Amino acid sequence: KYYYAFNILKIELYEMGWNLKDGLRECLVAAAPYGGPIALLKGHYRRSPSARPQLEIYSSSGLPLASFPWKSGVVKQLGWTVSDDLLCVQEDGTVLVYDLWGGFKRHFSMGNEVSQSQVLETKIFHSPYGTGVAILTGALRFTLATNIDDIKLRRLPEVPGLQEAPSCWAVLTQDRQSKVLVANGSQLFILDNTACTPVTPPGLSPQASSIVHMCVSFSYKYLALLTDSGHVWMGTSNLKEKLSEVDTKIKTPPKQMAWCRRPKSQQPSAVVMWDGLLIVVGECKETIQYHLDDDSVLVPELDGVRIISGTHHELLQEVPGACEEIFKIASMAPGALLLEAHKEYEKESQKADEYLREIKEQSLLSEAVRQCVEAAGHEHEPETQKTLLRAASFGKCFLSNFPPEQFVSMCRDLRVLNAVRDYTVGIPLTHTQFKQMTVQVLIDRLVYRKLYPLAIEVCRYLKTPEYQGVSRVLKHWACYKVQQKEESDEVIAKAVSVKLADAAGISYSEIATKAYESGRTELAIKLLEFEPRSGEQVPLLLKMKKSPLALSKAIESGDTDLVYTVVMYLKNELNRGDFFMMLRNQPVALSLYKQFCKHQEQDTLKDLFNQDDDHEELGNFYVKASYKDQRLEARVALLQSAVDEYYKAKNDFSAKTTEDEMRLLRFQRKLEEEKDEQLVGFSLQDTMTTLLSVGLHKHAEQLYKDFRVPDKRFWWLKLKALAEKEDWEELEKFGKTKKSPIGYLPFVEVCIKHHNKYEAKKYVSKVTPEQKVKAHLAVGDMEGAAEAAIERRNESEISTVLSRCSATTDHLLMERLNRAKATAVKK
Amino acid sequence: MAHTEWKDAPGLPDFSLLKRLARDQLIFLLEQLPGKKDLFIDADLMSPLDRIANVTILKQHEVDKLYKVELKPIVSSSDQLCFLIRPRIQTVKWISDLVNADKVAGRFRRYKIIFTPQKFYACETVLEEQGVYGDVTTDEWNFYILPLDDDILSLELPEFFRDNFLEGDQRWVTTAGSALRLLQSVYGSFSKVYGIGRCAKMVYESWRELMEDGEQRTRQPEFAKVFLVDRDVDFVTPLCSQVVYEGLVDDLFRIKCGSVEFGPDVTSSDKSIKVMLNSQDKVFSEIRNEHFSNVFGFLSQKAKNLQTAYDKRRGMDIQQMKAFVADELKGLKQEHRLLSLHIGASESMMKKKTKQDFQELLKTEHSLLEGFEIRECITYIEEHINRQVSMIDSLRLLCLLSITENGLLSKDYRSLKAQYLQSYGIEHLLTFANLRQLGLLEEQQAGETLTVMESKVGKLVNDKTVGKLTDAFSSLAKKSNFRALSKRLALVPKSGEEYDLRVPRDMAYVFSGAYIPLSCKLIEQVLERDGWTGMEEVTRMLNGQEFAVTGGSSSSEARSKTDAQRIVLVMFLGGCTFSEISALRFLGKERGCRFIVVTTAITNSSRLLEALLDNSA
Repeated sequence: KYYYAFNILKIELYEMGWNLKDGLRECLVAAAPYGGPIALLKGHYRRSPSARPQLEIYSSSGLPLASFPWKSGVVKQLGWTVSDDLLCVQEDGTVLVYDLWGGFKRHFSMGNEVSQSQVLETKIFHSPYGTGVAILTGALRFTLATNIDDIKLRRLPEVPGLQEAPSCWAVLTQDRQSKVLVANGSQLFILDNTACTPVTPPGLSPQASSIVHMCVSFSYKYLALLTDSGHVWMGTSNLKEKLSEVDTKIKTPPKQMAWCRRPKSQQPSAVVMWDGLLIVVGECKETIQYHLDDDSVLVPELDGVRIISGTHHELLQEVPGACEEIFKIASMAPGALLLEAHKEYEKESQKADEYLREIKEQSLLSEAVRQCVEAAGHEHEPETQKTLLRAASFGKCFLSNFPPEQFVSMCRDLRVLNAVRDYTVGIPLTHTQFKQMTVQVLIDRLVYRKLYPLAIEVCRYLKTPEYQGVSRVLKHWACYKVQQKEESDEVIAKAVSVKLADAAGISYSEIATKAYESGRTELAIKLLEFEPRSGEQVPLLLKMKKSPLALSKAIESGDTDLVYTVVMYLKNELNRGDFFMMLRNQPVALSLYKQFCKHQEQDTLKDLFNQDDDHEELGNFYVKASYKDQRLEARVALLQSAVDEYYKAKNDFSAKTTEDEMRLLRFQRKLEEEKDEQLVGFSLQDTMTTLLSVGLHKHAEQLYKDFRVPDKRFWWLKLKALAEKEDWEELEKFGKTKKSPIGYLPFVEVCIKHHNKYEAKKYVSKVTPEQKVKAHLAVGDMEGAAEAAIERRNESEISTVLSRCSATTDHLLMERLNRAKATAVKK
Repeated sequence: MAHTEWKDAPGLPDFSLLKRLARDQLIFLLEQLPGKKDLFIDADLMSPLDRIANVTILKQHEVDKLYKVELKPIVSSSDQLCFLIRPRIQTVKWISDLVNADKVAGRFRRYKIIFTPQKFYACETVLEEQGVYGDVTTDEWNFYILPLDDDILSLELPEFFRDNFLEGDQRWVTTAGSALRLLQSVYGSFSKVYGIGRCAKMVYESWRELMEDGEQRTRQPEFAKVFLVDRDVDFVTPLCSQVVYEGLVDDLFRIKCGSVEFGPDVTSSDKSIKVMLNSQDKVFSEIRNEHFSNVFGFLSQKAKNLQTAYDKRRGMDIQQMKAFVADELKGLKQEHRLLSLHIGASESMMKKKTKQDFQELLKTEHSLLEGFEIRECITYIEEHINRQVSMIDSLRLLCLLSITENGLLSKDYRSLKAQYLQSYGIEHLLTFANLRQLGLLEEQQAGETLTVMESKVGKLVNDKTVGKLTDAFSSLAKKSNFRALSKRLALVPKSGEEYDLRVPRDMAYVFSGAYIPLSCKLIEQVLERDGWTGMEEVTRMLNGQEFAVTGGSSSSEARSKTDAQRIVLVMFLGGCTFSEISALRFLGKERGCRFIVVTTAITNSSRLLEALLDNSA
């Protein structure tokens, strides 16, 4: 089973499950890397209009996934994207995208230039930016799209001297750019966005007059060229270094060529395939030849080449270092000795001890364990894996501080790998590929193939965090489930909720969106009910035109932005009446909308109040509006509307006040015209103040009477205004008109404030007994104050006066006061 | 200081980190628009921005000219315009107009709007409706919190109060939630969250949801407890005249974003001086929490000490003198400068505040709080209105009267309102409507209006989501219950007892011993009881909506008495006053813990009421 020679080995992966009459003959074949699916376009070369070609998709083990007759145009090339979607490039430059179940996803064009001059050749390539398509057109120009999910077409510069299709070409990724390497006879060019540069591979044998085939390694680091003289040149893809050159001695052009190399390996090796023959070339002059019974296809992988034929699926690989060390005949490597030791131990032979001793003496036991674990990873046969792991485990027993992680994770990885390599699943990943691709992607692939239970098993087994693992798988399952038309809404909703019940981080809204997209609105609504975050439900509810529900969910979420979104949506969607009705039942939304209207649509605000018969607010609205209007007539009219609304709201107070205001405005206007005084817009108080200050006493009086201004207010007002003008005569007259409602102390104080002690004294006598002391003090009459205080026998007043007396001038007075105080206290 | 401090009062987390985060993000955003650009800044973002990134930093990142957003046509020759604004519809509309005007003039420019702290969908809608959505790029500057001082963090969102409580617009709720989330992600999780008020509850919910979305971090928490409180739980406190130094400075000179501008009457020169007021100011940090009657004495003592320190240099030899000049003189000079400013400020304060009318005003406030001689108070207020002493103060007294008395008698309400309108104009009809909506100034209801209200409430009850609404009408049903609350929580000390303001014995000292701030008393009680148990009566009177949740880090470490466990974060939704902060500082000293105040903005009676006026826009 093992073919050890030049350390290349061939492993059989599967006996193909498909049943192809003619093998791969006359088929267009594309197999996805990382053990992905295989697509066949059968009968493609027959080109008869009666027989349509058949497109078939299989797993790597040959189990059918999809099959349908090809009804579109002539396909030039099939290829797979990094996410396992099938690309079919047609002659006219249209690219059709299918999922691996044969479902049509979308299509895109490679541009007008391509469709006009037709596709001559095309290559599908992968780069860190995704999957790309490169096309050589009938006009011998190259067009490139680096990422089909974000198509930016680039037309590369012309290749000088190109008269017919180049002998061969390949796509490279260098310096974060995709370039094309073209061979025209013996000339080699690199095409990038801007230029076409001629290049020469160092040390290419001079016999060659033409380069007939080329291939780039999986990592884009290495390049192999096959010349018409039968030589294979191998070097770095930047063409700076030659690694080796080997003569195959075959001068016919090959069918396919690929690199067969594992990462970090020092040895270059490439595989060239002719009809019935496969040659592996490496560093030395000799080659390995394999005979092929059947038409085959090479699938380059990260760490080898897969060979798919009509009946078999094999992997050609450089022997991993660890495996070589252990399984090389008569190897004395620590791993080999450990394996031997364990074998003897199983046989219960004391030789086990001898072997162990030998390893331990060189203190290589940990190295031995490491080798066995690593080798196990590279083995495809579970029995061999087990043997190696058992040996490793045995060796571990004699080591005290050996870290267990490598061993444990290898056991886990292998279990997963064995499961997915299984014939029924058909993903023949190597351990190296698995590590490169990551668990996440593997789970994605399993999900994509609808292998949900297996995906969940894997997640659980590898203890992937729920968000990235089980929950994600369940979500995909649910999205798939809701599209099953044969089951009723209730059944599906129940099944989904039961399965997903305790999974963390499930977005029910996503699942519901899927349900809605497949035309099941009722189911979508049912599913949304499970969504705990009400905000998440809103966008879909809107899409489904369930606006009232969307609005209440948005409000529930407490996210005002979301509420706004719904409100604005509804505003455009519904007629005004319905819209208002809906807002009316949702005060939160209503107040938000009102805020918006205040700045954007004043009139809408009015309509809103109107609809609600909110006369109070309408009144307020008009009052506010009246202050924005400059024209008096408009202001009065608006105030009249306000009055009407206030009456409707049964708010007599506001109505009356507003009527007063209208009267005041008219009055102010009239006076403005007559007396040329700026008055309009003043408050009643300010109006009266102004009138008094300019001496229009009569008019002020009129306002006082008309507007039933309280006496006190008017007296204060007039008092201040007259004092301000220092119109003492008028003040005195005013003071005598009737008994002052505010008393006479303010008169005294106002006069003092205007530094008129003389006038102030006039009013002291009129002050009520309670305020006498204060009044006397205000005018600085200590005697009078003392008299008044003593007369009133008020202790605190006496003290106040005392505190104002100065010991030098008021000596006698103080004595009197002190005596009076003593009696007052006694009393 | 007079109080005995706990020797081991816990240290506070370093909040300057928040500034650094904000600065770095802003720079990143500015660099998104490479090349020279003119920057337009919302007026109310100017001061906060200055605390994060000064002009030099902005210039370093190719900001050419700086303009204040004035909602007027602009004069700018730059080809790139950057707008740093709050997410307000009005401002966005103005920008749209600019863009459209440029279009008409055939002028090509690049426009970038940076919304802070977040973008609202409504703003984008405006851009769309005005047809400029494609011409403008938008970004968010997640500048949620400005540390004003060691223990004060502000969201600098004065409009939070009006939007949330008056307009029923809840868009700032998520902002507050995000602010908490930010604190949590930088400083660790909290072990316990308490709160009261509808908005507090929503903020908590929003915060919790944000936490669930993001990754969970287990960190040693830097705060133990969080207390969320709605401003409308306690309107009495911010309506009272402030008499603690810092509060008084705010009432008189208006502290803006942690700094104050002292006018010529304070600086005793012909120019104004801008001073930062925070714990860095050694003089200020010692007097900020003092009743103003003590401040002057303290300052003069301080002046004497300073003189002694200066006098040291007499009789020094050269060597000593050198050391003195090198080490002490600068500090002394700095202290000298600050001292003279604060002396100037307190002088000006004494001049205004010891006058007869201020004493009478305080007396009236205290009577209202005690519920004593209400008739006289009404007469006083009436005179206050008639004499047009102060538009805001009159309104403040009216509100205080209404809240403490559970609304005014119809007769009083109408007469006072009519007189107020005569004094200040009819547009205040709208102000009164607003005050009524908030429950600040009400007419004691008779039958008729009640039925209107009931029908409205009834309509809402039919609605499923009624529990989640902030309906403006609910405040109609809300009774302030101040008198009962005051009795139950002993907010007003028994009158007649002497209260020595130099040796405060409880939080009442911040109001001359006349009243313990309700908000602070609630915090004290809840922390003491570790929840709301035993306070059912109180919460019922406050309209419920209280909650207490044990937070994420419920592990045993939460119980350990680390420093962090004695740090309490108090978030005021709708603003808090300096008096409340002083009261909490006092409480912290008494209980050996530290309070960190997070507020949507610093407020006082004037700001609170000005927010409710409706005479301008």
